[in-house]
Amino acid sequence: MCTYLTEKIELDGAAKGASGWFTLREGLVYVDHPYHACQEHTVNIDFTNPGEGPSARVAVELTEEAAVALVEAIQQALATAPPGLASARRGAA
Amino acid sequence: MDDALWAGTVTYPGHESAELEAYLARPLGDRPRGGVVVIHHMPGYDEATKAIVRTFAAHGYAAVCPNLYSREGAGVSPDDQAAAARAKGGVPDEQLVGDVGGSAAYLNSLDGANGKIGVIGYCSGGRQAFMAACSLRLDAAVDCYGAFVVNAPPAASPMKARPVLDLAPDLSCPLLGLFGADDQYPGPEEVGVLSAELEKLGKEHEFHSYPGAGHAFFAVDRPSYRPGAAMDGWKKIFDFYGRHLAA
Repeated sequence: MCTYLTEKIELDGAAKGASGWFTLREGLVYVDHPYHACQEHTVNIDFTNPGEGPSARVAVELTEEAAVALVEAIQQALATAPPGLASARRGAA
Repeated sequence: MDDALWAGTVTYPGHESAELEAYLARPLGDRPRGGVVVIHHMPGYDEATKAIVRTFAAHGYAAVCPNLYSREGAGVSPDDQAAAARAKGGVPDEQLVGDVGGSAAYLNSLDGANGKIGVIGYCSGGRQAFMAACSLRLDAAVDCYGAFVVNAPPAASPMKARPVLDLAPDLSCPLLGLFGADDQYPGPEEVGVLSAELEKLGKEHEFHSYPGAGHAFFAVDRPSYRPGAAMDGWKKIFDFYGRHLAA
């Protein structure tokens, strides 16, 4: 099935795509058919900067287990670092 | 040789004369033939869809698949174009109709065109094939598991697709519908409502739902592929076009 559901978030950071590094502005997360992965459905994440055009995109297609493991790994990494170390506000302080 | 083909990228004007990239395949022989506009699925203008275009040419039709996401930029890879189009909620309905109309005009301009045009669409293209057949004068339409003809997309969906059942009185040609009995978008109930509406309006249609098949059962490069349903579906498509697109 096509779920047609998309979670959109604002992102702040950088990513490296087919044409090099770009500033991240947006993230899209959806459970749907993948473009490339050999699964009927995957958790698809697009890291994008719409202002730099459609090629400013890093695409990831994960199994449900891999997506959950990624979420846990991010939370674990943040939990073991000093609070606020990677915060956007830190550089501005 | 009667089975030689030409296939490759072409350009022609689509909606509001915008230049469309498209993939054309046609027999090399000069026998009169009908044309088929292939509407790609939501993941975009991909290799599997181009293979479908060549299959129609191998069966004697001039077939073309317009890249509906051409406006996302020249030189942008089709998967990035598809992601950008998805983020915008898909292509506007009016633009789709204009692009299919441009594709039909292009096919009719080719040597050997007999003036008959069929349309076929997969996934989101199924709804678009129905909509095109209700908005343009066509000769045959095939809807392969198109959702949101009857029901609206889920409330949280960014898809701008609106139900188009109200267009049914304007359906200009016979409609072949091929669906998976296990699909949820469209589910069997949605397919039943469309069938009943066409029945009520006296519109020629032929629907088949395949047990054991879900969405995208024609997609040979995906685990959703169901060879039995797909092979029977292809047979029904060629029989249908054979009846309606002949000279």
